[in-house]
Amino acid sequence: MDLTLKIWRQKDAKSKGKFVTYHVKDISPTCSFLEMLDILNEQLIQKNEEPVTFDHDCREGICGMCSLYINGRPHGPDDAITTCQLHMRKFKDGDTIVIEPWRARPFPVIKDLMVDRSAFDKIIQEGGYISVNTGAFTEANSILISKEDADLSMDAAACIGCGACVAACKNASAMLFVGAKISHLAMLPQGAPEAKRRVLKMVAKMDELGFGNCTNTYACEAECPKLIKRSNIARLNRQFLTAKVS
Amino acid sequence: MSFLGLFLMVFLVIHLGINLCLLRNDGGRWFTDAATFMQTNYVIKVFEVVLFAGFILHILIGIILQIHNWMSRPVRYKISNQTTTPFLSKYMIYTGGIVLIFLILHMMNFYFIKLGWVDNPISARDNGEPDFYQIARLLFAQPAYSIAYIVLITVLGFHLYHAFQSAFQTLGLDHKKYTPFIQGFGKVYSILIPLGFICIPVYFLFFFI
Ligand code: FES
Repeated sequence: MDLTLKIWRQKDAKSKGKFVTYHVKDISPTCSFLEMLDILNEQLIQKNEEPVTFDHDCREGICGMCSLYINGRPHGPDDAITTCQLHMRKFKDGDTIVIEPWRARPFPVIKDLMVDRSAFDKIIQEGGYISVNTGAFTEANSILISKEDADLSMDAAACIGCGACVAACKNASAMLFVGAKISHLAMLPQGAPEAKRRVLKMVAKMDELGFGNCTNTYACEAECPKLIKRSNIARLNRQFLTAKVS
Repeated sequence: MSFLGLFLMVFLVIHLGINLCLLRNDGGRWFTDAATFMQTNYVIKVFEVVLFAGFILHILIGIILQIHNWMSRPVRYKISNQTTTPFLSKYMIYTGGIVLIFLILHMMNFYFIKLGWVDNPISARDNGEPDFYQIARLLFAQPAYSIAYIVLITVLGFHLYHAFQSAFQTLGLDHKKYTPFIQGFGKVYSILIPLGFICIPVYFLFFFI
């Protein structure tokens, strides 16, 4: 299939970027989206032009590095996948594809389609962990955890921190990400002792970094490649309110 | 925001209850009695102050949060978001703005008259106080006013449609069993309340003799 690509090009964080149009020919529908970009970059290198910079690592949907806002949707026109799992069969021959970086004040563009997502790391540093003394393993069955809680915790822990929630949200809010990180620890007994401090500090950091506020539009949930649910945001709100008043 | 919103939604039910007294063809006796009770009862007078504070805070916080939200994405996307989301949830600031315009007009037609800020068009025969029943009847007898009222109340319905379940989510009140009920109840509420208000201009336009 032949495609027209309109790609955001920006030399570095300080430069003003612009859209540049490229054409790629004979792309196989079985090709992945990132492979299609590899083919484009190959062409650019052969012409002695600067290849398009974009984030990627595992290319199997587990690391959360790939981003890309494709035709108005984070991770492109499919549900519950990352960009590296998107295939060209989702497009038609002759399509024009507009590719933009994640847009949010806390996610500044580094170059082309690559953004700095270290704001997420800063939120995690505020409390997205549990403090334990290292030593011998304890017997796993000595702390009993209900299956329901373990499942909810695991569902939340599926978050790969890709930032699609922020990219999709009309307010660039990080509530789904923070909600997932809070939930996966707070649902377990090991996370309980630090729960109050965790939620207060992580929310404060999120606000300080300039993420927007949640207005419950749920675009985050619709675009999350790991299907993290909005109930994690409700749990975050609940924990935050109780931590504030207690 | 959410707490104030829920509080205002309770007020709407009370307001509707009083308005529905207009539907009784008794020369406004029921309505005037209800309105007099609301004006003279001390508990309600305190509630009135709380209510105004509630309105002002809800509006102010709403605007501040919205500005903050706009600032969170200084460079906008070329292709606007194509994600499937509940339509009305994206336009709360606009539906809220329209409701605010309605509120101001509504206050000029009714509440400000009581305060004496706006000239009283019609006094009651016995005590010279404004006769709100007659004011309402004459206003709603004008088709243009009634149509504008119906349109604006519909926009209020749009605002409420998202607001109800959203308030519970923001307060963290989410539950496997009860959330679907809250969502359903919110939809019914946001349809019935505006319909209740709309009954009144429809009555005065077509059925009042
Ligand atoms: S590259 Fe790892 S999730 Fe896409």
